[in-house]
Amino acid sequence: MAVTGLGFVTPIGQDIETVWSSLVEGVSGVGPITRFDASDYACRIAAEVKDYDAERFMDRKTARHIGRYCQFAVGAAKMALEDAGLDPHEMDPDDVGVIISSGIGGMEEIERNHSALLERGVRRISPFTVPMMIADMAAGIVAMQTGAGGLNYAIVSACASSGHAIGEAAEIIKRGDSVAMIAGGAEATITPLTMGAFIQIKAVSERNDEPERACRPWDVERDGFVMGEGSAVLILEDWEHARKRGAHVYAEIAGYGGSADMYHVTAPHPEGQGAIRAMRKALTKAEVEPEEIGYVNAHGTSTKLGDVAETKAIKAVFGDHAYKLAVSSTKSMHAHLLGGAGALEAGATILALERGVLPPTINLDKQDPECDLDYVPNHSRKADVKVAISNSFGFGGHNATLVIKKTEPN
Amino acid sequence: MTQELDFKELQNLAAEILGIDPNEVQLDKSFQRDLAADSLDLVELIAAVEDKYDVELSEETLEGMKSIRDLWVFLEEKQKSKAEA
Repeated sequence: MAVTGLGFVTPIGQDIETVWSSLVEGVSGVGPITRFDASDYACRIAAEVKDYDAERFMDRKTARHIGRYCQFAVGAAKMALEDAGLDPHEMDPDDVGVIISSGIGGMEEIERNHSALLERGVRRISPFTVPMMIADMAAGIVAMQTGAGGLNYAIVSACASSGHAIGEAAEIIKRGDSVAMIAGGAEATITPLTMGAFIQIKAVSERNDEPERACRPWDVERDGFVMGEGSAVLILEDWEHARKRGAHVYAEIAGYGGSADMYHVTAPHPEGQGAIRAMRKALTKAEVEPEEIGYVNAHGTSTKLGDVAETKAIKAVFGDHAYKLAVSSTKSMHAHLLGGAGALEAGATILALERGVLPPTINLDKQDPECDLDYVPNHSRKADVKVAISNSFGFGGHNATLVIKKTEPN
Repeated sequence: MTQELDFKELQNLAAEILGIDPNEVQLDKSFQRDLAADSLDLVELIAAVEDKYDVELSEETLEGMKSIRDLWVFLEEKQKSKAEA
């Protein structure tokens, strides 16, 4: 499956080149929360999308009537289509489908309208509350905005949502239901209720004085993940279709595996049992040997439990080779986009393969002794990697692994 | 003595909700026919008008109005009766 387009609306850039330079230069997108007054919160930091101009991508009325996460998705999808040089309006509508996931949906809009209900009564609930809050709407609105009329839905698996979205989108093309898929994820959850709820489960970093240093996967000083927001969208395309129209192919989605931990609502399985099976399935489906993998774009959220479990899982899957391959968490820079994370990280992996540079894990000053792999600490690294994997794991025990291959010049 | 209503304020309010230029909101225009307001827009408009002008406006009343002039007359009459009360 060819990847022919990328689109990003993220805390570290709103176009491919800005995102890429942030990734290779180790730029953090984390700062103080400005979306709401968080002064009473134990966590007052997040990676916000700054100065996003939704009306660059849609008319004012549309922008007003869709949730923030959908606004991000429309921008990322339109940029990805433009990058791919693909216009679904000029194709059979059934040939292009959309799977754009969100882990949660329109949280900000739910909270705003719930406040309106409590403070001013039922008649002050916006009539747009339902379309703004439901988690499938990014896929719906992207179809309306782009003319992509094929299979259309969202996959919800918390922080694995857009890993699954890309994996399933590739399967849809493979089985012949679409020629191309607009696939990715979007999230906008830097809100009072969401931040408060994550604080209550002690999942988020409280390193308020050093926001840029807060997300530090595999570092002993880590104290939780950092909330991000934004959207990343990939254009997946049937290889022959892409070749015939002379499209630029970034990389190939070669395999995809998913599994369940069967363990706990928020904690990962301590030995990474579900993650192990997801990675193994993905490698098998891609017909790739573990030794061929040169880079793992880890889920790496900067929580003790998650970092250790993923490290154990990588060692179980790769054996001695685990110490030869490179692992990094780009979340250290763009933070955690929840339902948008898998797509952004797949995008980062694709660019890493294409450009021969591995993005680092920043803020990795003192490695946790239980995490003893090569995490590409603090500085990007040139490396001609042919095959990589990208992991995404979500609350509920959902796991998704994508195998991504560098495009070979022919 | 109550203040006179300012049509510009109604123009801005409706324009904000409908995502259009305030100058498009004119007395002889219809929200539905000319300004492409759908039923959801009208519900939002009602809430905004009720809040701003401290009136009660049902969906049936708004939908029965042929043009923005009818809404304007409605608001002026409400304003007048408030002044007399």
